[in-house]
Amino acid sequence: MSSSANTPIKPAAKTTGLHKGEIRPGVAKVDPIVTIDGVSRRFGGLLAVDVEHLEIPRGAITALIGPNGAGKTTLFNLLTGFDKPDTGSWSFSGKSLAGIPAFKVAQMGQVRTFQLTKALSLLTVLENMKLGAKDQRGEKLLYSLFPFLWKPKEAEIEAKAMELLKRFKLDAKKDDFAASLSGGQRKLLEMARALMTDPVLVMLDEPMAGVNPALTQSLLEHVLGLKTQGMTVLFVEHDMHMVRHIADWVVVMAEGKVVAEGPPDQVMKNTAVIDAYLGSHQDTDLGTITGRITLPKGKK
Amino acid sequence: MTPSRSQTGSKHWIQIGLLTTVLTLIFGGLFSTSALADEAGQDQPYKVVGNVKNEGLPLEGVRIVVSGGGYTEETVTDADGKWLIGVPEKAAYSVSLDQTTLPAGIAVIEEGGAEQSVEIGPSGSVTKNFFIGEGERIVVSITDQLIARIIYGLNFGLMLGLAAVGLSLVFGTTGLSNFAHAEMVTFGAVAAFFLGGILSMPIWIAIPVAVVISGLLGWGLDAGLWRPLRRRGLGLVQLMIVSIGLSLAGRYVFQFFVGGGTNQLPGFDSPKIKLFGATSLSVIDIASMVLSLVVIIGFAWWLMNTQTGKATRAISDNADLAAASGIDVDRVIRTVWIVAAGLAGLSGVLWAYFRPGIKWDMGAQILLLIFAAVTLGGLGTAFGALLGSLVVGVLVEVSSLVIPSDLKYVGALVVLIVILLVRPQGILGRKERIG
Amino acid sequence: MDWLAILNNTAQGILSPATMAFALAALGLAMHFGFAGLLNFGIAGFMAIGAYGYAISILTFGFEWWQGVMVSLVASVVFSLILGIPTLRLRGDYLAIVTIAAAEILRLLFLTTAFDDITGSADGLSGYHNSFRGANPFPEADYGFGPWTYNSVELWVLVIGLITLAICAGVLLLLMKSPWGRVIKGIREDEDAVRALGKNVFAYKMQALIIGGIFGSLGGIVYALPSSINPGVYVTSLTFFVWTALLLGGAATIFGPVLGAVIFWVLQAFLSNVLPQLVSSGVLPFITSIQASTIRFILVGVGLMLLVIYRPQGILGDKKELTFVK
Repeated sequence: MSSSANTPIKPAAKTTGLHKGEIRPGVAKVDPIVTIDGVSRRFGGLLAVDVEHLEIPRGAITALIGPNGAGKTTLFNLLTGFDKPDTGSWSFSGKSLAGIPAFKVAQMGQVRTFQLTKALSLLTVLENMKLGAKDQRGEKLLYSLFPFLWKPKEAEIEAKAMELLKRFKLDAKKDDFAASLSGGQRKLLEMARALMTDPVLVMLDEPMAGVNPALTQSLLEHVLGLKTQGMTVLFVEHDMHMVRHIADWVVVMAEGKVVAEGPPDQVMKNTAVIDAYLGSHQDTDLGTITGRITLPKGKK
Repeated sequence: MTPSRSQTGSKHWIQIGLLTTVLTLIFGGLFSTSALADEAGQDQPYKVVGNVKNEGLPLEGVRIVVSGGGYTEETVTDADGKWLIGVPEKAAYSVSLDQTTLPAGIAVIEEGGAEQSVEIGPSGSVTKNFFIGEGERIVVSITDQLIARIIYGLNFGLMLGLAAVGLSLVFGTTGLSNFAHAEMVTFGAVAAFFLGGILSMPIWIAIPVAVVISGLLGWGLDAGLWRPLRRRGLGLVQLMIVSIGLSLAGRYVFQFFVGGGTNQLPGFDSPKIKLFGATSLSVIDIASMVLSLVVIIGFAWWLMNTQTGKATRAISDNADLAAASGIDVDRVIRTVWIVAAGLAGLSGVLWAYFRPGIKWDMGAQILLLIFAAVTLGGLGTAFGALLGSLVVGVLVEVSSLVIPSDLKYVGALVVLIVILLVRPQGILGRKERIG
Repeated sequence: MDWLAILNNTAQGILSPATMAFALAALGLAMHFGFAGLLNFGIAGFMAIGAYGYAISILTFGFEWWQGVMVSLVASVVFSLILGIPTLRLRGDYLAIVTIAAAEILRLLFLTTAFDDITGSADGLSGYHNSFRGANPFPEADYGFGPWTYNSVELWVLVIGLITLAICAGVLLLLMKSPWGRVIKGIREDEDAVRALGKNVFAYKMQALIIGGIFGSLGGIVYALPSSINPGVYVTSLTFFVWTALLLGGAATIFGPVLGAVIFWVLQAFLSNVLPQLVSSGVLPFITSIQASTIRFILVGVGLMLLVIYRPQGILGDKKELTFVK
């Protein structure tokens, strides 16, 4: 595994100048990739999400934070078409996503991972990867019966998959069932599989949850790597150190609403945020995170 | 070989049938012999015969039509009320009596009405006599019929409800869709039959004992099968298929002991008492409804007020939370199995009177209706299951006013499907939160 | 005990229209359940559609036998669509209840006297063989040897059944080795994950339902080819028997369902011959021969339970590739 588990992480270059005007919840962005307007979702009596206006900046890493039950995962579900809001409109790269089913959202280049990892246990690691590939005609029923129609493309996909697996250090496990991987390896596999779709926006739901400390470093580097490759990242995370270290922009949610947003160092100073959510951990040194993660995880 | 109904063969017979009809008409017209007017299709190999009488007096000139397998023939009764129609095949036919040709004030008063189906017997003929009487059927208003059907439906629904609440409790506490619930229903009836019919126990003792034995069966099934399987950590789909295996094994064990035919419990033919309108119920029917109601009210009290009842609901709500708050989940589930099996057994006894008769697959006949009731009410909610049962029971009975009675279960099954589509959480269920 | 006759009858079970019909239906279930994870408990309904569609198009509409086959297949596709469009979005166990109910609705519709002219109600249908037998290329003679001796009509039924089975197994093999099969297996594991990768999960599930349904209705046709259609066959027990054959061989395999069907019918043939003989020769006292023949169905039920508990992957299945993941 990652031999660099105990070496300090190199400070990542932050992307700045993302917003227009005064920083406040709902501030406009220079180049938004996702725009949310008046989106609300109610479960019985509970208003799980109620976002007036929110823009996610393109080409940056945005963290979505907030206490348990703040509506982060629900907002993820709404943005990716896995759930439908009761009101509001939201768009991706200027195209409205209202009524667009989840699979089409994914085809548009907005791909997500799940809080509880969804590795396809009884498929091999390589099959998992290939499943992410786009434009394989062999996935169409009629083409699938004629191997010569899809074999060439399959070879291409396999090469691409192996390259990614190598990057994620999973290439040795390509023929194992995904069920045999550790929790952290599954997270890596899920992320690698998402990259097979050539996404524009990668949405990671708690990428660090349940990950062996030995793997956190490599995961962090992969997330940063996505930005250098020109992708936009939106992630939900409880681990403040990870947020502070890699995020260019932070959105704080509480009780379904966006209560604060801004660059990490500024948001972390916001007293409301500190009181409501961050508590006393805010000063803990970043370097320790690779050695241990013991933040309380009550979710699910 | 089954009797062949080859295409050309049946065309052939239709032609002969037509020819015969034509000939009958011609010769009937030529000779005008009233003796022949009651007979049609005499050239055919098989016969359907009958005699139309009202209180012993023959009725002349009543029109009878026999049809089936693409063949139709009709005749009118002679001075003795007799008629005969030849048919081409040894098969099932439908016989109908044209009620407009009956004298005023009388009608066919048989269950199923003026159109009945018959099957040619081994002798090559079959006799079909209609029960004719004071023209009740004609004067019965649609409202009276509807009321009668609703009351029968409530009776049926209460009986279904006894089985459905048990199935629902088991589903709620263990997540198991128990297909063998049908056999728990049959078990109660078979147990009552062995005690009352074979050991000649008085039926009012036999039934409670049968219910107790059913409860013991539930205890045994949980102790010997379901609990060990839960311990093994079998998935819900696996458990469901195990219950299918148990259901198959169970129903053939019943067939092994009671055979393929129908047996009756004592008192199944107690006379019907005319209550009001078109409604007539037997003492057994009334007793059955009262008993179901009392048991269900008792059950509801148990579920709402006792420690175990509350624990049951807590487990249905959230098993982990219930276990964490100190509820002995295994003990409660054991109780649930005993209660569910006991209720199913009682439901089986009542079903045996309602059908009437005990048959090895009687439980399986209503299993889907029970599932429909449970789904309709909202999976895993006991009171929803009861409400669902009443809806299904009434629906089945009322729908037979407008659709053929051999299709009456179809209505309930269609409703089951539609409910799953538009309101999968059922009438009383809650919507689940995603994510 | 006439062991020769018993063995003879048992051997016939290896290669009979019923065996092939079960193998086809079980292949359909393998597509539905084993590979796509769809809990179809209405395979008897698909088989009934095959059988009735075939016979009704010939008897009522005067079609040729191959046209009858086409009608059956179209009917099964329509049935899949009607079942699938609303239910494939629902939870898996709901599909189980809906399919079992739909199959029961179909059976009641075939059984009712209301449509007696077309369906023959309780008598079922027979005498639809002229067209099929007219197309028989085999001259009248006895073929085969020993227990596998057939006249030309029986041979024709077997040959058509075997060809159908081979084509279906071949198609399933090709499908499951293709990228399409990969998506289907992914859906079985976790449909949300597959959806998040941009695959139209609903369309894939529908395609799987249709293909499995076609296999099932072909099974129904093969079942109806030798003699007649009896509505009493298409009960829920038939569905459960096919499930038993499927799980016996291995749900997520191609040859498992075929093997399972063969074993199922060989055992049925063996038990139905040997049990009554055991009674008549006094080995099994106190029971009648009718009771003795009931025992084999009890054994099916017990066998199904033991199978699911102790070897859910079946004979040919990979222990790791259990299909009871959810």
